[in-house]
Amino acid sequence: MEIVQQIIFAAVLGTVGWLVFKRIKIIRSTISLGKSEDRTDQPGKRFSTMMRIAFGQKKMFDRPLIGILHFAVYAGFLLINVEVLEIVLDGLLGKHRLFAPMLGSFYRFLIGFFEFLAVGVLLACIIFLIRRTILKTERLQPSRHREMNGWPALDGKVILIFEIVLMIAILTMNAADIVLQEMGSAHYTITGDFIFSKFLKPLFTGWNETTLIIYERFAWWTHILGIFAFAIYVTYSKHLHIVLAFPNTYFARLIPKGEMQNMPEITKEVKIMLGLENAPEGAENAVPDRFGAKDVTDLSWKNLMDAYSCTECGRCTSACPANITGKKLSPRKIMMDTRDRLEDIGRIMQVNDGKFVEDGKSLMGDYISQEEILACTTCNACVQECPILINPLDIILQLRRHQVMDESKAPGSWNAMFQNMETNQAPWKFSPGDRFNWAEGVK
Amino acid sequence: MAEIKYKVPTMAEMAASNETPEILFWVGCAGSFDDRYKKVTVAFAKILNQAGVKFAVLGTEESCTGDPARRAGNEFTFQMLAMSNIQVLDMYGVKKIVTACPHCFNTLKNEYPELGGKYEVIHHSEYLQQLINEGRVRIEGGESFKGRKITFHDSCYLGRANNVYEAPRHVLEALDADLVEMKRSKVKGLCCGAGGGQMFKEPEAGKKDVNIERIEEALATGADTIAVACPFCIVMMTDGLKNKEKEDSVKIYDLAELIAQAEGL
Repeated sequence: MEIVQQIIFAAVLGTVGWLVFKRIKIIRSTISLGKSEDRTDQPGKRFSTMMRIAFGQKKMFDRPLIGILHFAVYAGFLLINVEVLEIVLDGLLGKHRLFAPMLGSFYRFLIGFFEFLAVGVLLACIIFLIRRTILKTERLQPSRHREMNGWPALDGKVILIFEIVLMIAILTMNAADIVLQEMGSAHYTITGDFIFSKFLKPLFTGWNETTLIIYERFAWWTHILGIFAFAIYVTYSKHLHIVLAFPNTYFARLIPKGEMQNMPEITKEVKIMLGLENAPEGAENAVPDRFGAKDVTDLSWKNLMDAYSCTECGRCTSACPANITGKKLSPRKIMMDTRDRLEDIGRIMQVNDGKFVEDGKSLMGDYISQEEILACTTCNACVQECPILINPLDIILQLRRHQVMDESKAPGSWNAMFQNMETNQAPWKFSPGDRFNWAEGVK
Repeated sequence: MAEIKYKVPTMAEMAASNETPEILFWVGCAGSFDDRYKKVTVAFAKILNQAGVKFAVLGTEESCTGDPARRAGNEFTFQMLAMSNIQVLDMYGVKKIVTACPHCFNTLKNEYPELGGKYEVIHHSEYLQQLINEGRVRIEGGESFKGRKITFHDSCYLGRANNVYEAPRHVLEALDADLVEMKRSKVKGLCCGAGGGQMFKEPEAGKKDVNIERIEEALATGADTIAVACPFCIVMMTDGLKNKEKEDSVKIYDLAELIAQAEGL
């Protein structure tokens, strides 16, 4: 019987590992469809940003209560994984509580600590679920934010229920375990009571040894299979931020938020036009086939990593002046659309031996509308809000460049503004000769 | 106080007499053409005169920095204007620029260097703070602001874009006014609705205009003066105030106007 369990366990572990690996490969290859951009300068500054923002979750504490709850889930997730290591080894080796004899009385303390974290995760997840479903936190409601309709709203709840089930499994498993220990059941290494699960012992009064063992095993398998399922699920979910928050903050922009990325290909053209540089002789002018971004392949790899890192929390959208005042623009939707497009491309690549075959669709037009990107005031509120330094504005501005320069799809009043700027050197129709008339008012 | 004779020298005049100014005052398009904002330009020029700052302007040689075109997506127009501005600035050997417009400030400071234009660029809020700290600007001789309730509206391109939050507040504190903050201020400050080219087009359909949302918040502070530090913000907030029919009881001024009033200029 033991050996059967071990074989099943090893097979499940192997399959999960393979499935997760396959997903990582697809995600990686879609991110690499983005344009190259060097984000490796100032490694020291980058590392400290990552430690503060991702590891230390600094920005989450802007809202202290939510920050603490989120930290409880994060710390629980991170540290309980140490116990998962034991569970995996137990599963593979057919042992039970492998570390208990090695660690002695410290083991009991350690499991007690994990239980403390588990209770924290449990409480936080229950509160989060209440916020989503009963208190109806505005930024998470599909009725107010169309991008949350369907799968995204469900995804958020599924993750929370997942974690609640996992935590209940681990706590009741420990309770059943100590009851079995007290019975003197052969396989159950004596560890003594654990700090929280001991209160759950009354649940098992009157159970005989066999049913207790069955429950303990059931909870053990629920916990570990749950974690395996979670590992696969995460790669499809908004929850991917648990991993990507780290590289995403490491590679975040270090320049002032107000600075827009230069387009060197245009600098060259402008210099030639102004006679500051000679046109390269003979060679045709290397004009790029596209200005700005129409599809995800025109964006930088970092924009694409941003999209996979987004947890759809909606802090950006709830701070966006356009969204607050009822416009269609939602920075969160910009990120979700970018990821949706990447996921669609990933599926195309999977059936075409890893090659992206054009499907006639593009991010601009099929996923994001012009009305959305036109409503942006470039105020950087979304960028400021993101707890893991995602930059929706950068994508919006690249899409605008394509709309205006390649598609000539600017609103009429913008075209008039461009014309004024080119002929009068001012966005309004004033004569350049009148520019200094204000000085007459200085008397 | 002795009458001072205000002067607004141009870079061309300075160069002709072989002089170099301490700073170049970059006026910007709104500062040059917008009737409301010209008053801010005039106020700032008077402050510079009073403080004895040796400054100059480009006059008719100044062009738009190109910011609205760049934000709207037209990189060509932006770079054309930027390049010709850089040519002019470099021709005069400009080192230090002060401007009252956060959009000009951001573009000159952050975006010109990559096109070859490298200058020290300071927003007028920071420069006013410096002048006050150095004692070159003394808050005396004019209107008293003691105990008056003033709220400050953060401009996106000054605040979030460039992390200038304290300088304008220090300037207001120097007035000895009672500075009250809006619900959303500093990093959380709400845009006036004009950035990113919005100033030059109609807003998209929605349930409200951004400037109305913001003016409601400003009015909720109970302040009788709304201080701003950006030409676009002044237009948007003033429109909002008119919409609320509050233009008699609440006034909107740029920092430079408030200082000039306090100095009696």
